[in-house]
Amino acid sequence: MSIFEYNGSALVAMVGKNCFAIASDRRLGVQLQTIATDFQRIYNIHPKLFIGLSGLASDAQTLYQRLVFRHKLYELREERNMKPETFASLVSAIQYEKRFGPYFCQPVIAGLGDDDKPFICTMDAIGAKELAKDFVVAGTASESLYGACEAMFKPDMEAEELFETISQALLSSVDRDCLSGWGGHVYVVTPMEVTEKILKGRMD
Amino acid sequence: MGDSQYSFSLTTFSPSGKLVQIEHALTAVGSGQTSLGIKASNGVVIATEKKLPSILVDEASVQKIQILTPNIGVVYSGMGPDSRVLVRKSRKQAEQYHRLYKEPIPVTQLVRETAAVMQEFTQSGGVRPFGVSLLVAGYDDKGPQLYQVDPSGSYFSWKASAMGKNVSNAKTFLEKRYTDDMELDDAVHTAILTLKEGFEGQISGKNIEIGIIGADKKFRVLTPSEIEDYLQEVE
Repeated sequence: MSIFEYNGSALVAMVGKNCFAIASDRRLGVQLQTIATDFQRIYNIHPKLFIGLSGLASDAQTLYQRLVFRHKLYELREERNMKPETFASLVSAIQYEKRFGPYFCQPVIAGLGDDDKPFICTMDAIGAKELAKDFVVAGTASESLYGACEAMFKPDMEAEELFETISQALLSSVDRDCLSGWGGHVYVVTPMEVTEKILKGRMD
Repeated sequence: MGDSQYSFSLTTFSPSGKLVQIEHALTAVGSGQTSLGIKASNGVVIATEKKLPSILVDEASVQKIQILTPNIGVVYSGMGPDSRVLVRKSRKQAEQYHRLYKEPIPVTQLVRETAAVMQEFTQSGGVRPFGVSLLVAGYDDKGPQLYQVDPSGSYFSWKASAMGKNVSNAKTFLEKRYTDDMELDDAVHTAILTLKEGFEGQISGKNIEIGIIGADKKFRVLTPSEIEDYLQEVE
């Protein structure tokens, strides 16, 4: 079994009209055994920047800790928050440092940049960035997620509709993947506020 | 005060609490050619005298004002070769920042890192402090900025400043002439007038150097003919 499939994960981020949504599943497993059903995969770097980390949970946690460290120092030195594009470049550089012994993580980065323009991107385990205008997916359920998002996505959705769309895409995709699921965790971010919702899906 | 007994070693404090080597470095700066900088509302100008040791020197090959990044430039007073080392290190640091963040380095960050280099050379063995003070002019998201960095590693943000020979006259002149709403062209004229105050001989486009950066965020050194145009406006 691949190291990326050891813990199981599902991550998706979508762009809406002046807003974005990022969602993950909640299962933490050790191969076939489920260990936790409230595992956090999406982290808040600053109020307008979120990062989701799929793949090996241990590496995801370590990588997150390193990124928070770097961002806190950046904030102290430069007296401003990092733009999402800058943060994505930083994550990519940190991953490539470990080119021959990588972090087994696929990050999904979502944030509001200059003028509150939504920004999403994903990258592979060694930092190859992939920018997208509509949606990005990661994790063991990624193939199902690609299909679901492609079918359900529309450009310029408002926050309410975006929430519905991303939730349906996530729940239907994790139902086809035995390693991810046990509900969903969705963040919808607009320039005004951040809404956090827990979804109840098939609890298996 | 017995300070002279402590002046041989950089890393030993004198009884009066000074590092005498740094004082000497500042003296080296103070006997260098005058340079100055003025921050306008829409840009920054830096300027320096370019007195060459002989008329046989090819003045087109000498460039005292250097570019660090497309939107940050620097001028020095003091020992030219020392300034070249700092320019090289600063350029590298700016590029490293860009490689990591894919963003141009903010002026404050570059100044901070350059100042840290200069400070290193005041607290290491077997080295001497840099014999230059730098005036860094840049334009980034926070607007136009002008910083002075000293051999000790301390840095200050200025609205207008001068260094080198004739510094006190130049600063008095700038204090009288500076206004907060000055535009870039006015600042260039004021810079020329300030240089003219202490200039020995006939000022021309070939014996001063001027660098400007405006709202276009592109630092450039003026050509001798552009300087001549400004000089004529000033007359």
